[in-house]
Amino acid sequence: MDTVTEQKLHVTKPLNLKCGNVLKTYELAYETYGQLNAKKDNAVLICHALSGNHHVAGYHEGADKPGWWDNMIGSGKPINTDKLFVVCMNNLGGCHGTTGPVSINEDTGKEYGFGFPIVTVEDWVRTQKVLMDALNISKWQFIIGGSLGGMQAFQWTLDYPECVNNSIIIAAAPKLTAQNIAFNEVARQAIMGDPDWCNGNYLKNEKVPKRGLALARMLGHITYLSDKSMAKKFGRDLKEEKFNFNFDVEFQIESYLRYQGEKFVDSFDANTYLLMTKALDYYDPFNEVDFDKKITISNSKYLLLSFTSDWRFPPSRSEDIVKTLINYNKNVSYACINSDGGHDAFLMKNDNYFEVMRNFIENNING
Amino acid sequence: MARKDFKIISNWVKPNSKVLDLGCGDGNLLQILSKERNITGYGVDISIDKIIKSLDNNINVVHTDINKKLDYFKDKSFDYVILAQSLQVVDNPVNLINEMLRIGNEVIISFPNMGYWKSRLYLFLKGKMPITSELPFSWHSTPNIHLCTIKDFKEMCGLNQFAIVDEVISSNNDGKGSIRLLSNLFGESAIFKIK
Repeated sequence: MDTVTEQKLHVTKPLNLKCGNVLKTYELAYETYGQLNAKKDNAVLICHALSGNHHVAGYHEGADKPGWWDNMIGSGKPINTDKLFVVCMNNLGGCHGTTGPVSINEDTGKEYGFGFPIVTVEDWVRTQKVLMDALNISKWQFIIGGSLGGMQAFQWTLDYPECVNNSIIIAAAPKLTAQNIAFNEVARQAIMGDPDWCNGNYLKNEKVPKRGLALARMLGHITYLSDKSMAKKFGRDLKEEKFNFNFDVEFQIESYLRYQGEKFVDSFDANTYLLMTKALDYYDPFNEVDFDKKITISNSKYLLLSFTSDWRFPPSRSEDIVKTLINYNKNVSYACINSDGGHDAFLMKNDNYFEVMRNFIENNING
Repeated sequence: MARKDFKIISNWVKPNSKVLDLGCGDGNLLQILSKERNITGYGVDISIDKIIKSLDNNINVVHTDINKKLDYFKDKSFDYVILAQSLQVVDNPVNLINEMLRIGNEVIISFPNMGYWKSRLYLFLKGKMPITSELPFSWHSTPNIHLCTIKDFKEMCGLNQFAIVDEVISSNNDGKGSIRLLSNLFGESAIFKIK
């Protein structure tokens, strides 16, 4: 199998962000899979979620693990790269190549750090459009995303209706609930309460708020799984065969969560985590003043998917979007997939899920 | 091959109208209606297998339980709400028909007639609940919990002020012509339009 390599687009046209700040220049990291055909009508944009990045499929040179959605994207897979040209970009504010808090601010010659402006779903869509123009693509045949990625797939149809034929929105929500925001706030407080966060300036102080970021990830991870899947995978299993009556790791679930936290710290920036959670909190397209006008214009076909055991964005949240789209007479289909996988089910192989994806994509591949 | 009730339903549906098909199965009725009548609309089904097949047939389809959740659809937002050969499986037919009348201007319902002479003869001769090619289930493992006769259906419509505006009673066996005389005895399948 061919390896995939990261590409970069350096943008010199200033970007006016929703928060009011301006980025004078910035860089977008992305990867592509498959070939853009002569008619340029087989392009697909994948939008990543909170902790994702642009390495969505295939293998990097020498890597033993593929991209994060390799079960879905590739030759003969539901998002079939034999027919489709797939693009995935690291979102602005990210920490995997696109300009974000760990990047150097040209004005100061130092890392942005905590001073990186707040970014929103709408800003991400605008920068994805910049990449689209640079790739000479005038229409996405499909825009596909799960969770926060699904919000971007939806927003595209509002902001650039002429550029989207089909939008696939998986395990998403039209906005966060108080409970969702509460979880995000606890994650942020975990990071910001870590003394090594240094009021956001840990890079300058050559420190990493490891404990805070790991804690944020552990908390997030619990909300991505279901009670049932945790019970099935770990139950009350112990690391050793007896209680030690102390506060070391005793249960397997504790060990697993600590491992997830520690692993995450090595590959993710704490300030990026703060930014991503804020983007989630702010998103609320139904309550934007021009929503009615925008959704009326949208000519995209929609597919919504949810998973029964997802309690982070339960099926009812996807159904809120479906209901709104039906009220506006949009072409929309919806499937709720039976799964124990919780919110993370959108990343897992599941026959019904994959068949829904495959059938919708196959039937809408040409317009 | 198109089911006979689909042909009659297609004749009733005005071109370019908006249709909601409850219990849409593979989406075949909506396929026929979009081809023959240029309709728009959605199918609804509770089974993920049917959703997958409807998507394969390129139908807009919503995965939900028609017994529980039809609040996706606003009042009077469809020209027709159709329930084809599924009346007998719903939890509460009267509640569902009220819900259909809320959503649509007209409601079309087709169902198998348990007053059909073959069903009567089966019960009379064998002393057992009828098992036919149309309704191939044993009484204890059937999804068909609300089977009725044409007479029963009309009585229910009268009791609930459902106005019957059109009806076709047919024998599926001959595939031709509708039955007018002694329809509850000779009709195997019934289609009603109510308002």
